[in-house]
Amino acid sequence: MANIFAFAEQRGGELRKVALEAVTAARTLADATGGGEVHVLLVGAPGIGGKAATLGAHGADVVHVCEHAAFANANPEAAAALAAALLAQLAARAGVFAASAEGRDLAPRAAAKLGVGLASDVTEFSVAGDAIHVRHPTHTGKVIATLALTGTPALFAVRPNVFAPVPNAKAGRVETIAPAADPAASRVVVKELRGGGKAKLDLSEAPVIVSGGRGLKAAENFKLVEDLAAAFGNAAVGATRAVTDDGWRPHSDQIGQTGRVVSPDLYVAVGISGAIQHLAGMRTSRTIVAINKDKEAPIFKLADYGIVGDVFEIMPALIEAVRAARAQKH
Amino acid sequence: MRIAVCIKRVPVMDVKFRIAADGKSVDETGLKFDVNDFDLWAVEAALQLKEKTGDGEVAVFSLGPDAVQEQIRKALSMGADRGVHLKADGTSADPLSIARALAAELKATAWDVIFFGRMAIDSADQSVGPMVAELLGLPCVSAISSLEIANGRGTAKRELEGASEIVDFPLPVVLTVDEGLNKERLPSLKGIMAAKKKPLESKPAPINGATVNVVKMELPPERVGGRIIGEGAAAVPELIRLLQTEAKVL
Repeated sequence: MANIFAFAEQRGGELRKVALEAVTAARTLADATGGGEVHVLLVGAPGIGGKAATLGAHGADVVHVCEHAAFANANPEAAAALAAALLAQLAARAGVFAASAEGRDLAPRAAAKLGVGLASDVTEFSVAGDAIHVRHPTHTGKVIATLALTGTPALFAVRPNVFAPVPNAKAGRVETIAPAADPAASRVVVKELRGGGKAKLDLSEAPVIVSGGRGLKAAENFKLVEDLAAAFGNAAVGATRAVTDDGWRPHSDQIGQTGRVVSPDLYVAVGISGAIQHLAGMRTSRTIVAINKDKEAPIFKLADYGIVGDVFEIMPALIEAVRAARAQKH
Repeated sequence: MRIAVCIKRVPVMDVKFRIAADGKSVDETGLKFDVNDFDLWAVEAALQLKEKTGDGEVAVFSLGPDAVQEQIRKALSMGADRGVHLKADGTSADPLSIARALAAELKATAWDVIFFGRMAIDSADQSVGPMVAELLGLPCVSAISSLEIANGRGTAKRELEGASEIVDFPLPVVLTVDEGLNKERLPSLKGIMAAKKKPLESKPAPINGATVNVVKMELPPERVGGRIIGEGAAAVPELIRLLQTEAKVL
């Protein structure tokens, strides 16, 4: 029986999907190590404790809530101090973070405070005797490493959209805790959060991603990609590096080796040839559709369904057909 | 300004990798190597900061076997002032063991800014920079895509999923650099000649105490793709049918 820790990310007072994924992963690990307790840390502005029940519904036995005005935005110094203190106090066997922008900032700080190693961007984990084994894609996804974590706690960050949140009702008992370091005294201060309104699905959470490349020929033609994403209703828009380098889309939309790594249920590549740089970011998508005029384009080797032809002819038809299919379903 | 930049030698990725005979590493035979992409942008950020403040030095650190001197020379040819090769025979899958070896050396100097790339594209951990900051007791802002530094303080932007945040911080600081902050300069011929005469010190920096170790490395299963379902808009109905009945995503 061992305690397993998970960090629950929130933004603007709302739990992020990756929070539920981390809790689900922690629950799985607790059950695999003899049914220990899952302890979740939730920090935020006053009122965030109201979200504890959702964490309980996904497998948290205890939700440690720390409310402070200076936790309204991300506060990595104070959050890492609290995560490390709680991991130590619980004598946790393992700690699970999300391999998100916030989690990949927080987890290394907590690991260094505790003097233990960390595995990032984990896609699978298992218990192997005294060690926890994890799988972690390296070399832009062209190599998969299996790593043994022998430190205690074993810390790892799970790749978003890999461990689907599973309802698994536990007590979710709330314990109010004090900060380990004064959140108002952090040296690094997030003074502003821009964007991220609920209307926009983010790339790491979206079940469907429609992505565009140079084959769209001009920035304004990205409207076709946006329209197809809107037709799906649950889709985010991505882009290749060539497109973000040209300023057609912001860098934060880039999927690839130096951009985001995504694993949606469906990835639609529009006018994308399939440079290695790009494939590194989307090769683990469950289903891949490619639309490209060049039938020799490398993207087709990866695609489950390919259509060869002019994107400007195919896209309007596809947008209409997806709209019609969704309308019929509802 | 005293500015440090930590860089990593990584394989060029546009190849099909092979697993070495030990089953735990990538076979390096025939691979080409370069400075990690993000680290080039870290070097560029350091050079721009030095140029803006008009004084000080940029020192480049790299941990690894003798071969990493090639990557240090590249940074020197871009304009860095001196290099430090932290000599270690092997490597480690434990980012904390790497961070400790780097911090042991970096702590000897009162740096104003220590730059890292956001992530090494081979090991894909994204952990060493914030860990070094923690070990040195310095503030850290990771994955920055814009940067302003003046009067002992700075402001940076971090890209989040579907949002971004603006972060204030004091100096000294550890910063890790994301794509979008800058485009690295190419070494000029003059720079390449000058780099040959710049100081490059080599000293032992053993990597110890790893609690994350490689059990095995393997190639991922080949994706069974390559199915062309048709040409032009005429193929759209078949695609819809497959998405509904086979992939079940619509």
